[in-house]
Amino acid sequence: MPRDVAVIGAGQTEFGEHWERSFRDLVVTAGVRALEDANVPGEEIDSLYVGNMSAGQFVGQEHVAALIADYAGLESVDVPATRVEAADASGGLAFRQAVLDVASGASDVVVASGVEKMTDLGSTDTTEALAGSADREWEVFPGGNTAALYAMAARAHMTEHGTTRRQLSNVAVKNHENAVGNDYAQYPTSIDAETVESTAYVSEPLRRFDCSPASDGAAAVVVAPADEAEKYTSEAVDVVATEQASDSIALHDRDDITTSKATRRAAKRAYSEAGVVAADVDVAEVHDSYTITEVIAVEDLGFTEKGQGGKAVEDEVTTADGDVAVNLSGGLKACGHPLGATGVRQVVDVTRKLREEHEVGLTHNLGGTGGTAVVSLLEAR
Amino acid sequence: MTEMGAPRFWRNIQQRYRLTGTRCDTCDTTYFPPRQLCPECRREGDVEEQELNGTGTVVTYTTVHEPSPEYEGDSPYSLAIVELDEGPRVTAQIVDDEIQVGDEVEACFRRMGEGGGDGVIYYGFKFRSLD
Repeated sequence: MPRDVAVIGAGQTEFGEHWERSFRDLVVTAGVRALEDANVPGEEIDSLYVGNMSAGQFVGQEHVAALIADYAGLESVDVPATRVEAADASGGLAFRQAVLDVASGASDVVVASGVEKMTDLGSTDTTEALAGSADREWEVFPGGNTAALYAMAARAHMTEHGTTRRQLSNVAVKNHENAVGNDYAQYPTSIDAETVESTAYVSEPLRRFDCSPASDGAAAVVVAPADEAEKYTSEAVDVVATEQASDSIALHDRDDITTSKATRRAAKRAYSEAGVVAADVDVAEVHDSYTITEVIAVEDLGFTEKGQGGKAVEDEVTTADGDVAVNLSGGLKACGHPLGATGVRQVVDVTRKLREEHEVGLTHNLGGTGGTAVVSLLEAR
Repeated sequence: MTEMGAPRFWRNIQQRYRLTGTRCDTCDTTYFPPRQLCPECRREGDVEEQELNGTGTVVTYTTVHEPSPEYEGDSPYSLAIVELDEGPRVTAQIVDDEIQVGDEVEACFRRMGEGGGDGVIYYGFKFRSLD
């Protein structure tokens, strides 16, 4: 990057079903928390990015960046606001755009936010809105949706690599265990593998508890030039890489259905840019929209060999005390998955961990079945 | 919510009724659905229409229990990724209840559903087992 960038503040709302709070309330709350954490007054903000997948379908609202700037009091201080969209990678993209804005020198203090208000719709309409991340004409028209597509990836992983039903359950069990104690998590409760396997099928072999929930929530971070971070906070963390890559929109067009090429591409570039290897990462927030999503991601991020992702939990590679603690927040599964908020929430959680005992953190945010991937690396000071 | 709508359905009738794809003569690769640009050769590509014969092999599959609204009355149903003999892969329903990875299948013309507002009936292809 032409100029080094740091995260100087982070905040989020509680994730869950916020019947009493609106789309705009959620994102303003997260933004205020991030700005208070950063000790940055509104007048110093140069630019705002909003990650949001589908306010149009969930709450009938487009033009959400202007709405948010208005209700956050940033219109009065003339802050340009931009919405970015890449399905449920929108938040990761918003963070990346904010970092690039500062890195380029165009802006100094930038807010990256993400928000989704999903529970104003019923579950069938939510499934339909989510399906917009897939190819509407050639995956959804024939009868697919995101769960069905990931179910087919799971079947392929089981067939080719011997991954078991129990190994999928282990991912959900681990992430729920991690969420216990996270005040922001939607489901901070332990579950066992038998419970996962007793829930109804969504799309075989995936069951209800293999799936991340529908959630309301927002998250925000404040980024600034690394060499000015001390001006605002003693708790800055450095952004050492943020990379993005694409893959075919349709799962069926991938050469290997059990590999996320976008994840591999983004991770490879991010590791190279940061001068680290996968083994250096000690904390990661990984996109686990379904249990199989995490299994595939930990392979493609280099935490395990290809085909060994199913064993990552039982081999204690990705557990809280493992080689790399994956989804200490509870992940999308237990922390919740307000689509556009998730990528920013991942940065919030990694920032918290790097302020405590961890050294090198990674965030991995996917759009749909992987047409877009964003991988960022952050380091403690 | 999102309905296909008559124009959007109508313009894909060649593909949905007859499995018409495209072939790039420059790299000798067949694509379905049709692509204006060959994804490998881009503007150097020489793209022409190609009708596919409709037989292929099941690469992976699922049984869908929670479908999108337009298929609610049909669940559970089988959905698969099928690799066509000419190379392209498609996502499609399988009319048989019992399927396995590796099964040989052929396309069949089926009623897929209808649009709520304008009453358009959607037809398209599903696959059935050849075994």
